[in-house]
Amino acid sequence: MRAALLRYAPLLLVALAWEAAPRLGLVRPDALPPLSAVAHAWVGLLASGDLVRQGLSSLENLVAGLGLGIVVGVALGILMAWYRPVEMLVNPLVRILYPLPRSALIPVMILWLGLGAASKIASVFLGCLLPVVLSAYNGARGVDQVLVWSALAAGASRRRVLWEVVLPAAMPEILAGVRNALALSFILLVAAEFLIGQRGLGYLISFLGEGGVYDAMFAGVVTVSAVGFFADRLYLMLMGWMLRWRE
Amino acid sequence: MTDSGISFRAVSHTYRPPRGQPVLALDRVSLDVREREFLALLGPSGCGKSTLLYLLGGFLPVESGSISVAGRPVAGPGPDRGIVFQNFALYPWKTVRQNILYGLEKQRRPRAEREQRARELIDLVHLDGFEDSFPAQLSGGMKQRVAIARTLAIDPAILLMDEPFGALDAQTRALMHEELLAIIRRAPKTVVFVTHDVREAVYLADRVAVMSARPGRIKEIVETRFPHDRPEEIVRSRDFAEKVDHLWQLVRNEAIIAQGTRAP
Repeated sequence: MRAALLRYAPLLLVALAWEAAPRLGLVRPDALPPLSAVAHAWVGLLASGDLVRQGLSSLENLVAGLGLGIVVGVALGILMAWYRPVEMLVNPLVRILYPLPRSALIPVMILWLGLGAASKIASVFLGCLLPVVLSAYNGARGVDQVLVWSALAAGASRRRVLWEVVLPAAMPEILAGVRNALALSFILLVAAEFLIGQRGLGYLISFLGEGGVYDAMFAGVVTVSAVGFFADRLYLMLMGWMLRWRE
Repeated sequence: MTDSGISFRAVSHTYRPPRGQPVLALDRVSLDVREREFLALLGPSGCGKSTLLYLLGGFLPVESGSISVAGRPVAGPGPDRGIVFQNFALYPWKTVRQNILYGLEKQRRPRAEREQRARELIDLVHLDGFEDSFPAQLSGGMKQRVAIARTLAIDPAILLMDEPFGALDAQTRALMHEELLAIIRRAPKTVVFVTHDVREAVYLADRVAVMSARPGRIKEIVETRFPHDRPEEIVRSRDFAEKVDHLWQLVRNEAIIAQGTRAP
C-alpha cells in the first residue's frame, strides 16, 4: 500500500499542479482547464456514449492493424532468418525503410486507400511491421543450432522445426518487438484519425479541439494515454505468462 | 549384424568461415565402430572430434569420403542416431515431460504409449517429481539426465554423445557415468562418445580412438574394456592406471602441438 502510494506519488503531484495552475491564474484556463473540469467533461463524454463509440472504433482498427503487423512481421522475420533468398530480398528493404518516419506514410495510405478505416489499419500495420520483422529476424537467427539439430535428429521435418523450435525459441525477442509495436500502433492510429477524421478517439480529440471544447478535448487526451498505459500493463502480464519458463 | 555398425572412410572436412581462410578440420579419417560397441573419441580441443560426430549425425554434409551406418550412407539426421550435447540443448519452453515427449510425438507413436514411455524414462533417469519443471529450474546434472531421457525416448540404435558431462561438476559426472553404463546395459546401443577427459574415456569405453591435433586424424586406437561391476576397484587397478597414462601421453603431445608449442 505504502509502496503503491509512493509509486504513484509523482502522478498525484502532477494532478495537483494541473488542478492548481489554472485556478491560481498561472496558466490561462482555456489553454489548460483544471483537472476537475476535465474529469467532469469526461463523465459527460462517457454518459453521451461518444467515448465508448469512438473508443471501440479506435480499438477495432488498432487490433486489426497490429494483429496483421504481428502475423506478417513474425512470418517475414523468421523466413528471412531461415531462407537465404528471402533475406537477400527483404533485409536491404527493411534497413532502408526502418529510419523512415512512420507517420509520413499516412498521407500515402489516404491517397491509395481513401479516407476510411482501410487507411488507418494500413498505417498501423505498416508502422508496426518493421519492428516486428526485425525482432523475429534477430530472435530466429539467435536460435541455438543444437536445438534445431536435436529436433531434426528426433525426426522433425525442416518446416516443423520452424514452427516447433525456431518460433518458440525466438519468442522472447518477438514479444519485446511486439511491445514496441504496440506503443507505435497507438501513435499511428491517433495520428491517422487526426488526418482522416470520421471516427475514433483521435478524431474526437481534434473535433473537440477545433470546436473549442478544451476540457472535453483534454478528457479525450487523458483517455488515450490511460488506454495506452493499461494496454502496455496488460501486455506485460501476458508476456510474463508466455515466458514463464524463463528463470 | 550390421544393424548399427558405423564406418568412416577417408572422411575429410573443411570449415569455411564467413571471413578468413578455410580450415581443414578432419583429414582422411577412417574408422569402424562395431555394433553395440562403446567408442570414445579422445583428443585436444579443436581436433575435429565433435565435427566427426556432427557428420555422423547428419547435421553437416559429408563432402569428402563416406560415412555409412548399417551399410547405408548417411544422408541427413535420423532417429536411428540420437544425440546428446554438452550444453543439454533442451527446449527451455517445454517442461521435463514435454521435452521427453517431443521425440515420441515425432515418431507418431500412439498417445497412451507415449505417456507410458515418458513415465518410464522419467523413472529411469530419477526425475520423478520434476515432470512439470522447466529446464531453467533444474541443476546441470538433472538437465543432462532429461537430455539423455529425451534421446533414449526414441530408442535410437546409435547414441552420439558430444562431451555430455563436460559441463558438470566431478561428483555429478561420476554419478552420470554409472547411470549411463546402467542404461546401456539394460538397452544395449552403439555409442560414440566425444570427450577430452582421458579417465572418462578409459572408464566408459570399450575402445578409445585418439585424435591428433588439427587437422584431425585417428592417431591410435586403444582397447580399454573393463568390467564395470566394481568401479572402485577398477579405477585403482594397475591396468587402468597404465591405460590412462598411455592415453594421457598421446593426448598431451597433441595438446602441445595444438597450442603451437614444442614438446619439452
